[in-house]
Amino acid sequence: MDTLNALLEGFGNALTPLNLMYACLGVLLGTAVGVLPGIGPAMTVALLLPLTYNVDLSSALILFAGIYYGGMYGGSTTSILLNTPGEASSVITAIEGNKMAKAGRAAQALATAAIGSFVAGTIGTVLVVLLAPTIADQVVKLGAPSYLAIMLLALVAVTAVLGSSKLRGSCSLFVGLAIGLVGAGTGQPRLTFGSPLLADGIDIVIVAVAIFALGEALWVAAHLRRRPLEVIPVGRPWMGKQDWQRSWKPWLRGTAFGFPFGAVPAGGAEMPTFLSYVTERKLSRNPEEFGRGAIEGVAGPEAANNASAAGTLMTLLAIGLPVTATAGVILAAMQSYGIQPGPQLFDSEPLLVWTLIASLFIANALLLVLNLPMAPLWASCCRSPGPTCTPASSSSPRWAPTRSTSSGWT
Amino acid sequence: MSTTKAQPPTAAAPVTIDRAQYGLAAFLAVVGGYVIYDASGLEPGFADDPLGQKAFPYAVGAALLVLGMLLTVATMRGDTPQSEEGEDVDLTQGADWFTVAKLIGVFAVNIVLVDFLGWAITGAILFAGCAGVLGSTTHLRNIAIGAALSVSTWYGFYVGLGVPIPPSILDGVL
Repeated sequence: MDTLNALLEGFGNALTPLNLMYACLGVLLGTAVGVLPGIGPAMTVALLLPLTYNVDLSSALILFAGIYYGGMYGGSTTSILLNTPGEASSVITAIEGNKMAKAGRAAQALATAAIGSFVAGTIGTVLVVLLAPTIADQVVKLGAPSYLAIMLLALVAVTAVLGSSKLRGSCSLFVGLAIGLVGAGTGQPRLTFGSPLLADGIDIVIVAVAIFALGEALWVAAHLRRRPLEVIPVGRPWMGKQDWQRSWKPWLRGTAFGFPFGAVPAGGAEMPTFLSYVTERKLSRNPEEFGRGAIEGVAGPEAANNASAAGTLMTLLAIGLPVTATAGVILAAMQSYGIQPGPQLFDSEPLLVWTLIASLFIANALLLVLNLPMAPLWASCCRSPGPTCTPASSSSPRWAPTRSTSSGWT
Repeated sequence: MSTTKAQPPTAAAPVTIDRAQYGLAAFLAVVGGYVIYDASGLEPGFADDPLGQKAFPYAVGAALLVLGMLLTVATMRGDTPQSEEGEDVDLTQGADWFTVAKLIGVFAVNIVLVDFLGWAITGAILFAGCAGVLGSTTHLRNIAIGAALSVSTWYGFYVGLGVPIPPSILDGVL
C-alpha cells in the first residue's frame, strides 16, 4: 500500500506543531472571512500571497487549504442566518436554510450544514486519495500536445464557468493573456513601454490583489448596503433524532453529486448543489415542506458544495487545472515557488502533496469542532458593520518586493 | 465587471442599453491594437522556432479586437452584464460614484505618500480613510486600529517573514 504509506507520511508532516498551527490559523481565518461581509476566501488567499515569499511551501498550502475549506463553512452560516449567500455555491443553501432559521430551527440548519460538510469533505478527500494518483499516472503518459490541450481546456473551462456570460469571460481571459505577455521573458521586451520595471513581467500577486482586493473594495463601495441586515439569533447547533434520520441520506447523495462535478473542469459547485436540491425535493416524503424550511434542502446542497471543493482540489493536484477562483489563486501560489502543479507533482513532490491532503482531513475535523460549539460567536460576527471589514481587507502592504513568477505561458 | 450599473430585472421592458459597456469594448480594442502594434516591432525568431515571437501576441491582440466588436454588438442588442452580489452589496440602488471617487482618492494618497512616509504611517491613513469614506464615523478609533494594523504588519513582514519593508521617515524609530 504505497498510497497509505505516503498518506501516513503526509500526516506525520502535517501534524508537526508549526503546520498544525497553520491549519488552525487557516480554518479560523477561512471561517471568519466566510462569515464577515466584504471579504471572501479568494480575496483572503490573494492578500496572503506575500506569505509565499518566506513561508515554507507546505505550510503556506496548508494555510490556504484551510481558508478554502473554512470559507465554505462560513458561507453556509451567512446563507442560513442572513439569507445572503456570499458565493454562488451557497445560493441553494439559503433557500431552505433561511426558511428554517426563520421558523426557529437555525440551530438544526447550522448543525446539518456543518456535519454534512464534514461528512462530504471527508468522503471527498478519501476519493482524492484513491483517485488522484491514478489520474496523475495516466496524465503523465501524455505528451506535449496533450498538455497544450489541457491548458486550453483549463482556459476555456474557467472562461465558461466563472460567471454567466461567456463573452465577458472571454474578454477577461484575453486581457489576462495580454497581461501575461508583458515582460522580456522570451529574450525581447514585449509590451514593456520601455520601462525596466516591467521587464520581469507583472507579478501574479499584483494582479490577484488588484482584482480580488482593490476591485472588490471599489465594487462594494459603489453598492454599499446602507441598512444593516437582520441576523437571526441562534443558540448552540444541535439535531434531534429525526433530524439525523432525515439528514444522512441527503449528505451521501449530495456528496455523490458534488465530487464528480467539482472534479470536472467545467463543473463547479452550482450545478451539483442545484441537482442535489431538486433530487431531495423529489425523494422527500413531505415535499410540501420544501420552500418552508426542509432540512433535506440544507443537508444535500451543503454536502454537494463541500464534496465539489474536494473534487476541485483533485483536479488542481492531479492535472493542474484550477476550477474555482480560490483554486486559481492557490495555483498561483504554487507557481511562485517554481512548482508547476500537474501530473508530475505526485512524483516530484510526493511529501508536499500528501501533506496537503492530510491537512485537508485535519482542516475538516478542526472545522467541525470549531463550528458546532462556536456557531453563536460566528453569528455575532455577521452583525459586524461592513464599513470596518472592507477597509481592513484593503490594508495590506501590496508593494512587497516583487520576484519574477511569470508562468510558462508566454 | 467594473463598468456595470445595477439594472432592475425587467423581462418585457424595452431594450436597455448599458452604455458603459461601449467604454469597455473600446478599452479591449485599444489593448488589442497596441498588443499587435507592439508585436509587429519584434525581431523575427530563429529557424529553430517555427512560430516565432510574434505569433502569440498577434493571436491575443486579434482576439481582443474581435471581442471588443462582439461586446459592442451584444451591447447594442441590449445585453447587460450580471452584477456580482455579495453580503454587503445592495444592487437595488445605482452605483455611488462619489464614494468610489473618494476611495480612489484614498488609494492614490497612499501610493503618493508611501515612499516618503513609509507603510507604518500611510497604512494607518489608508485604513482610517477607507473606513471614513465607507461611512464609519469613529475616526479616532479608526486611526488607532489602522496604526496598530500597519505597525504590526510592518513588523510581521520585517521580523516574521524577513521581508524588509522600507521604514522611510520612521527610520530608526521602528
